[in-house]
Amino acid sequence: MRSLRWWQKGMVGVSLGVLAFLYLPIVMLVMFSFNDSKVTSFPLAGFTLHWYEAFLANGTMLRAFWNSLVVAVFATALSVAIGVTAALALDRYEFPGKRLFQNAILLPLSLPGIVTGIAMLNFYKQIGIPQSLTAVVIGHATALLGVVVSQVMTRLAKINRRQFEASADLGATPVETFRRVTLPSIRSSIIGSALLCFTLSFDEIPVTYFLTGREVTLPIYIYSTLRRGITPEINAIGTVIVAASFILIILSVTLLRERDQS
Amino acid sequence: MMLTRRTFPGFAALFSFPLAWVLLLLIVPYGIMISVSFWTRQFPLFYPDFQFGNYALIFSDPQYTTVILRTLKIALIVTVCALLLGYPLAYFLVFTIRSAALRNALYMLVIVPLWVSYLLRAYTWKIILGTDGALNSLLVSTGIVDAPLDIFLYNQTAMVITLVYIFVPFMVMPLFTVLDNIPQRLIEASEDLGVGPFMTFWKVIFPLSLGGVIAGATMTFCLSFGDFVAPVLVGGPDGTMVANLLQTQFGAALNWPLGSALATLVLALVLVLLQISTRLDRAGHIDLA
Repeated sequence: MRSLRWWQKGMVGVSLGVLAFLYLPIVMLVMFSFNDSKVTSFPLAGFTLHWYEAFLANGTMLRAFWNSLVVAVFATALSVAIGVTAALALDRYEFPGKRLFQNAILLPLSLPGIVTGIAMLNFYKQIGIPQSLTAVVIGHATALLGVVVSQVMTRLAKINRRQFEASADLGATPVETFRRVTLPSIRSSIIGSALLCFTLSFDEIPVTYFLTGREVTLPIYIYSTLRRGITPEINAIGTVIVAASFILIILSVTLLRERDQS
Repeated sequence: MMLTRRTFPGFAALFSFPLAWVLLLLIVPYGIMISVSFWTRQFPLFYPDFQFGNYALIFSDPQYTTVILRTLKIALIVTVCALLLGYPLAYFLVFTIRSAALRNALYMLVIVPLWVSYLLRAYTWKIILGTDGALNSLLVSTGIVDAPLDIFLYNQTAMVITLVYIFVPFMVMPLFTVLDNIPQRLIEASEDLGVGPFMTFWKVIFPLSLGGVIAGATMTFCLSFGDFVAPVLVGGPDGTMVANLLQTQFGAALNWPLGSALATLVLALVLVLLQISTRLDRAGHIDLA
């Protein structure tokens, strides 16, 4: 390695600092979830699994956890189904209002979630959809469409279009062409965006906050618990979520790599 | 045969479904929110109307202007801090790390926190900065202070730290992409011409990375401006942001028209920023061509 100038060394120093900054809080969360004390202070008070037992015995929290899973699964399925069709339509057709349509799909990704949540609440009230987990699923699926559309469109733009023509020339029906040519080439972007949708939906607060009724999701449960004060139980459930996220990430990276190699 | 295949009618029907979905469930809701912002409230009900009273109130009442200005200030500070932390990191990943495998692994490490719950990432700062928290107990046990301080949490500094922490990866992503796409030849050419590494950075690398700076800064600013969670968890009365005002109008204050007007303002701000960012980015590209 070439010798570095002082400002380059500075950049390296700041970078390592930022990397530490990114992980320090996560390490704290995990550490305090096993700490045998109600307060999150040093020195640590000893190892305990008490907080894990507490959340496994907390029916309300488990119910919220289950609700989050159900919402995330349905929202992801809807988002992928609609998003892939939308991406194909945007890739294949010219139609009036196409730019507006595309910008609208992508808007919720850069717009603070609270604005989308309020827009949806206003609308649902007008047409009489009651606040419920169903409303949350529809809201999440709509807000997360942009994730699927942008990923799949990027992938579609890289495909050589002659493949589709060749397939049609060889007598394949549009459905066959989709199943045997288009789908395999966009598969990894679909899997990737589905995993991302799932994670984002599982974690979503603003849209959920305005659309949910009596039944809540895990983030809303945690959020309202935190407004009253903190309990180490949250650290325990947080650690479980962090661990699950890491497993999902490793899984998706491995899956996508194998897909690319094959 | 060809012709019938190409005009397979089921196709158009299939594609009209996502169009209808987005129109009905996304574009119409934003439209309705904007229209409700012109309504009148007569407690506890709202009436369809077309008046600018809600906007007039927001711009004249210091209760609202203070919070809006404060939110702008915090979002700006967060963006600058995230840039100051994110740029060196992206630079380090692209130019200092020689091994592609290590570079990708470290880049993954930066992106992974985005996948870890956003709520939990905001919450950890509550356990670190709180009066009974990790930072205080460290300070007390090392003898730096005698008693736990309550100055770390529930203020604007805590807000800035938490938001920077949450949004730094959003800054690093576009920066990494643009820096990684700078052709090595350009840097070598600059060095061959006898330009030192600092001037190479300043005259070659930095200008070419401006697209990433703009993209990252826009994203960070827009998202931190409307952040919903950090103000509630670590903000305190001094850290009230636009999101809190919005939330109150739809909850306790029960003034949907006013809340919709505030949300419409946030929507407008983000749209303007996105527009400026696209323009700047496009101008940058023409420059390079």
